[in-house]
Amino acid sequence: MSMTKKSKIVTVCLFIFFVAVAAITLLPLALLAVSSLRPGSDLMRYGLNFSIDWANANLNEYKLLFSGENAYFIWYKNSLIITVVQVALALFLSACVGYGFAMYDFKGKNAIFLCVLLVMMVPTEVILLPLYRLIVGMKLVNSMWGIILPYLVVPMLVFFFRQYLSGIPKDFLDAARVDGCTEYGIFFKIMVPLMKPSFAAMGIYQGMQSWNNFLWPMVVANSIEKITLPVGLQSLLSPYGNNYDILIAGSCFAIIPILVLFICFQRYFIEGMTAGGVKG
Amino acid sequence: MKKKSVFKKFLYSQKVAPYVFIAPFVVTFLVFFAYSICSMIIMSFQKVAGANTTFVGLDNYKILSNAVFIKSLKNSIFYTIVTCLLMIPIPMVLAAMLNSKHMRGKAAFRSILFIPALTSVVVAGVVFRLMFGELEGSFMNQVVGAFGMEPLIWLRKPTTVWIALFLLCLWRWTGVNMMYYLSGLQQIPEDLYESASIDGATSMQQLRYITIPLLKPTTIYVLTISIFGGMAMFSESYMLFNGNKSPNNVGTTLVGLLYRMGFEQNNLGIASAIGVTFLVIVLVINMIQLKVNGTFGKGE
Repeated sequence: MSMTKKSKIVTVCLFIFFVAVAAITLLPLALLAVSSLRPGSDLMRYGLNFSIDWANANLNEYKLLFSGENAYFIWYKNSLIITVVQVALALFLSACVGYGFAMYDFKGKNAIFLCVLLVMMVPTEVILLPLYRLIVGMKLVNSMWGIILPYLVVPMLVFFFRQYLSGIPKDFLDAARVDGCTEYGIFFKIMVPLMKPSFAAMGIYQGMQSWNNFLWPMVVANSIEKITLPVGLQSLLSPYGNNYDILIAGSCFAIIPILVLFICFQRYFIEGMTAGGVKG
Repeated sequence: MKKKSVFKKFLYSQKVAPYVFIAPFVVTFLVFFAYSICSMIIMSFQKVAGANTTFVGLDNYKILSNAVFIKSLKNSIFYTIVTCLLMIPIPMVLAAMLNSKHMRGKAAFRSILFIPALTSVVVAGVVFRLMFGELEGSFMNQVVGAFGMEPLIWLRKPTTVWIALFLLCLWRWTGVNMMYYLSGLQQIPEDLYESASIDGATSMQQLRYITIPLLKPTTIYVLTISIFGGMAMFSESYMLFNGNKSPNNVGTTLVGLLYRMGFEQNNLGIASAIGVTFLVIVLVINMIQLKVNGTFGKGE
């Protein structure tokens, strides 16, 4: 009897503790959401807080956002295009490379794989400057391809696909070869369908990376119609004109689609964004 | 026609196919990564003015004794150490608590704690910059006000700048690290705990002698990503200060200084010297890590 009573107390305490943790976790986003219902000038005058006059709360900031009199949706579109193109290319090319490493033995394999690990270990910030100079030399500054090209093959994805495929027996390939399948036919007709579940998780991983990426797009793109959403939002952080109105409502509207996707595809999100945890 | 089929046969042979598959990596590696590293190393020994370059030997590396460089290096190291000290135990304990059989609503809490990881550094930075605003009505000033304190100018004093940076990091990454620990915990066989409790081990002893040691692979992984994330930190500081300009360099990091030299002051030689130094630091950390984990691995 006392045992069950004790375990009940533990349950209640744990629950209360996690309600508090969850509340703190959601607090900054709640602040953002509440502030999007009041004018940006309030924010400059009183600061970001919950003391909002609910009687005057309105959706004017969102109306302004959707009015088309600002560049917000140009940035949104840029980010969307870059994310889609980058995810598609990075998934396909990284899957090819990962497949090559997992399924074949060839000369120089270990040395080249060491290069994959090297790129994975060195933060991209290290080569920010020479990479930018290279993009300048290629005349790709201020273009979508300048942002995408250096990250066509993502080492993290290569590593993951290689890991994922290493569970598939190689006899499988020989059987297909006997049946007259070409090397590339095996990849497209047999392996790609087998890799579908990993494409979902990795697509989300890469999608989040591309959608939220800040430093590299900021360096590469600089004209107002070429920058991505995070770079555009950052440019609104100076309190001139109606910057804050668009900044707050725009920040909310940047999160909402991702939040909806997260709620629908939670499993893939968690799998994808913690994929680095798979041990080699 | 015949020539083409020979080429096709060559391309389709089992010997050549793997190279075709890995070609995209090899090409992008050589063009973007290897080339960048080489040109950075060369530039670090040069004075670059437009198209004119002059060899200046180790002159650019004099920056390493510069007070601002030392300060940014210290900032990066301090940030890395403290984030490691925060971002390992806290997510580990949270995961252990969440994994407890007494816990109700596991899935919901797990998801909620994960939500901050969905935000970009920009959105998170905007909220934190405004929360830590100087106005009396800014959220954090309301919080300290509730404890009877005067409003603070958070983003101008070192101590409060660090508090803001660490809270930002905690907020965004606790959920993700907790997820790593949760999956680590799920790989620990249940019967280990059962036999331990039959032998009379308290839950503290179980944590000390079963959970923490068996979570070591997870801890090593989290430590690794925390070290590299910490040393490369820049965007967080850039957002909090609305640019690469913290008062008296309180929030200037190694990458921040590299950015300032390379992009703001167009001093490519010095920026490259900082980049090369950063690369060496990263490689040394990697070597230490491999060595430590290697010997540990043998010991077990």
